[in-house]
Amino acid sequence: MLKTALRNVLAHKARLLMTTLAVLLGVAFVSGTLVFTATLSEAFQRSSEKGLTHVDLAVQPDDDTDAAETGPGDADDLGQDLLDATAALPGVASATGEVSGFAALADKDGDLVGAGWDTRGANYYAGTDGTGTDARHPLTEGRAPRAAGEIALDSATAERTGYRIGDTARVSVDGPVREETVTGIFTTEDGTVAAGGSLVLFDTATAQELFTAPGEYSRITLQAADGATQQDLKDAVAPLLPEDAEAITGQQLAADQAEEIEQQTSGMRTALLAFAGISLFVGVFIIANTFTMLVAQRTRELALLRAVGASRRQVTRSVLIEALVVGTVAGVTGFAAGIGIAAGLRSLMDAFDVTIPEGPLIVDGTAVLASLIVGIVVTVLAAYLPARRAAKIPPVAAMSSIHAAPTARRMVVRTTIGAVVALGGGALVVAGIGSGDKGATMGLGAALLVIGVFILTPLLSRPVIAAAAPLLRLFGVSGKLARRNAVRNPRRTAATASALMIGLTLITGITVIADSMAKSIDKMATESLRSDYVVSMANFSPLSPEVEETLAARPEVTDITGLSMSPALIADDSDERYLTGVNGAAIGELTNLDFEAGSFEGLSGENAVVDTDTAEDLGLGLGDTFPVRYEDGTAGSLTVSGLYEGNEMIRGVILDDAALDPHMERVTDFQVMLRTADGASEEARSALEAALGDNPAVLVQDKEDVSEDIAFMFTLLLNMLYALLAMAVIVAVLGVINTLAMSVFERRQEIGMLRAIGLQRRGTKRMVRLESVVIALFGGVLGVGLGVFFGWAVGEMLRDYLTTYELVLPWGRMAVFLGLAALVGVLAALWPARRAARMNMLEAIKTE
Amino acid sequence: MSTFTAPAGAVSNGAVAAKATDLTKVYGEGETKVVALDHVSVEFRQAEYTAIMGPSGSGKSTLMHCMAGLDTVSGGSARIGETELTGLGDKKLTQLRRDRVGFIFQTFNLLPTLNALENIRLPMDIAGRKPDPEWLDRVMATVGLGGRLKHRPAQLSGGQQQRVAVARALASRPDIIFGDEPTGNLDSRAGAEVLGFLRNSVRELGQTVVMVTHDPVAAGYADRVVFLADGRVVDDMPNPTAESVLEHMKRYDAKGRTS
Repeated sequence: MLKTALRNVLAHKARLLMTTLAVLLGVAFVSGTLVFTATLSEAFQRSSEKGLTHVDLAVQPDDDTDAAETGPGDADDLGQDLLDATAALPGVASATGEVSGFAALADKDGDLVGAGWDTRGANYYAGTDGTGTDARHPLTEGRAPRAAGEIALDSATAERTGYRIGDTARVSVDGPVREETVTGIFTTEDGTVAAGGSLVLFDTATAQELFTAPGEYSRITLQAADGATQQDLKDAVAPLLPEDAEAITGQQLAADQAEEIEQQTSGMRTALLAFAGISLFVGVFIIANTFTMLVAQRTRELALLRAVGASRRQVTRSVLIEALVVGTVAGVTGFAAGIGIAAGLRSLMDAFDVTIPEGPLIVDGTAVLASLIVGIVVTVLAAYLPARRAAKIPPVAAMSSIHAAPTARRMVVRTTIGAVVALGGGALVVAGIGSGDKGATMGLGAALLVIGVFILTPLLSRPVIAAAAPLLRLFGVSGKLARRNAVRNPRRTAATASALMIGLTLITGITVIADSMAKSIDKMATESLRSDYVVSMANFSPLSPEVEETLAARPEVTDITGLSMSPALIADDSDERYLTGVNGAAIGELTNLDFEAGSFEGLSGENAVVDTDTAEDLGLGLGDTFPVRYEDGTAGSLTVSGLYEGNEMIRGVILDDAALDPHMERVTDFQVMLRTADGASEEARSALEAALGDNPAVLVQDKEDVSEDIAFMFTLLLNMLYALLAMAVIVAVLGVINTLAMSVFERRQEIGMLRAIGLQRRGTKRMVRLESVVIALFGGVLGVGLGVFFGWAVGEMLRDYLTTYELVLPWGRMAVFLGLAALVGVLAALWPARRAARMNMLEAIKTE
Repeated sequence: MSTFTAPAGAVSNGAVAAKATDLTKVYGEGETKVVALDHVSVEFRQAEYTAIMGPSGSGKSTLMHCMAGLDTVSGGSARIGETELTGLGDKKLTQLRRDRVGFIFQTFNLLPTLNALENIRLPMDIAGRKPDPEWLDRVMATVGLGGRLKHRPAQLSGGQQQRVAVARALASRPDIIFGDEPTGNLDSRAGAEVLGFLRNSVRELGQTVVMVTHDPVAAGYADRVVFLADGRVVDDMPNPTAESVLEHMKRYDAKGRTS
């Protein structure tokens, strides 16, 4: 039987080609994902380890300390005293005080370098006396920055921007523009730089002024002297540690970072594998369909095997061996293709200026094994049902060419089962909307609904395709024959269309959800605001209060407020919450919030407005007074002067700046909102930007800009998802090609006859093409329909979290998807239609 | 060789429906070269029922394929009416088959997705023409399918299917109908029916039929039998009967063995 099976594979290699390709693509996706994420992870780990070569022990704020015990806010100071004390400890070779934060750098054209968060600023630590060198940042040119107004740039950035020693560069940390002279260029193992970012070094005093506070560091790192272990250092430092700071060894830091990187890449890996899974799932339909067709075409041959004494098991096994061979070939080639994809992705990311730290392509055993297993298991499982069916062919079928058609009773059973499963699934989806179980019910319902539709698809094919009859009539006899051919084997049509349906369901679903979310977030962002402009840093890092002051001084600005945030403990709640500080006199003019009680009126002194959710949490009502423990540890009390309906943009406890600022360690705004006398206009914007020194790091956005930003973000996300789902569609296209090619092969006698009695080649091609389009559109209609339903259901669930949620049906996009389905049909038919038209009539009509 | 005389009872006016002149068909090249037709010249007259007979490999099917525009020729000429087929492109040939030639195949070759009536109208559908309703009625009456016109081929017996195929060939009122062993897959009773219809279509509807067969009984329904052997016309028998054809075949068989 093995020989028979192998011979069959060879005999049908053309017909198995598409199947192999379908599995191969899925496997390539899997192995590509595994290799790429492993490579990425390895590269970042190496780079992070390199960045830690000078660190044996780090003293840094401890994020995990309980706010209720130590008070809200950051750690106690990591000051100069601590640095000096640690440096003097036995076993410490050197101690470095690090200060770092965001620093935007403009290139020579005034544009921002990098993508915002990739540009960092830090200190050049020149020792306690200011004359040492910083081992982390060896200078290759010039000298270290020594005073305000001087900076050093990493060599990659210097090369990219063309800045040289002596040039003046514009830098911005928290809003105001700083003109700095480049005094040095350095190389570094810093992870940000390895990942394509830029690093600007200031002298330590300036860095502290910009990022922390005078005399304060964000981290202190120690290097051990010969003979001292990292643990020795840790033990030695322990008695000196401030209350909410921690000491972590270099090894631990490396391990922590490795874990963090692993977590990030594993998230990416899981997401990518999910999409690979979708492609493979689509592939299953194609494999099952192909083997069903192969078995049907070989009915006589298989019956003959049975007639000469092969057992059912042997017949099943012979089909499964074929599948095994196909799966193995697909697994091996898919694995190779996956490595290619991973390498290609790397170059692609380089081309898009996304720098990945240097490192080799990591191909590990997991990837090899996963590829083979996925290829083989998927193929053999998908071929199992057809193989079983093959075994059921009675030996007598060798004598006649009549195949047993599914009986009416079985169709009734099928309809009933399909309808019950689909309706049950649909009901569960609807029930899942209000269940509050985060989608578990809905997920189950969705799975059931899709399965139900799969079962029903063969039955649906007739009525749905019949609906297309008026259109097909335009194409004369080709259209008529195409329609009849499309429904003559409902199962085959259904399996082919289902493959396409899966992809389109997902594509439509995410489009509906994304468009609806974009609309509702946009609505939220713009409707609750009455300000003309919102000013923020490009990466949403804090703005200096200077920005608000500068803008407030402009004559055209009528109302302005900065929004600052400060952690605090409120009432008797042990969780840290945030207080929002605003200009109490102007905030009412700049926002549009619904007040349940009270208003922004009189928001000054010890008054605060609270959103209804928070108020409910804390049991607060209008006029209630509650205790507060501020960031700086002082206690106070606030009185509720208003209760408002919160949203994603504005929520929590809001009070006047005058009350909050004195308690903030560092007064910053995360954004500034303002209104101008004449409303938003290009001139107004230019004037505001000019007032801020035309700083590329600062965004001055009107409502439209905010809307555009939101839309852009969603478009970007959608495009990424489309690209990932495209693979599932490509696999489905292979399925359509396969079905058509095999159908054409099966119907060669008919096609020969049609040609003999006068159907032109063009008409023959058109017939095949139209059948393909009909099948593809059938899948498209089902997919778009299901996608809209799922999109609606998920949206209804989101309504609980997103009060402004509103369903947006992207009609245009849906039309495009159906057009895409039709295009898939046309493309998939290219080769089969050509084959049909080129067929040798005489051989085709020759009796067997 | 016997003289070509119009058979008694036929309505043939003697005009030529199709004509082969020095028709040659060669397959392959060099060592594997096979001459299927060797300078065959033959005429098929209008409203005449001709049977082409000959042993396997005699070239009878090839002759039919070449005359019907299904296959290209290597030399000589093949005409349907005044139209020369040699040198016509696929498009023109297809159009010619569609408009002027009818086909009946051994395996019926009906489209399983169309019902009997739709199958019959298929050539007109392909041409995008309305069938002549009067003619169609006559054809239907002749083949006598009665209430089965809405049936799919799978619901019809072999004889009924072939009657549908005959009706399909007649429906477009072609200049000439070619049959390739039309009774080859039928039992003798069904075969007799179909052959009767073909003869009626010649006698009553004035159609021209050329049929390849190896069955002397089938040939007995024809007005004339053309015998082929080794790619050449070896005899031409008017007014055949099953017995005379069988006699003739035996003679040739014997000749073949002795020579």
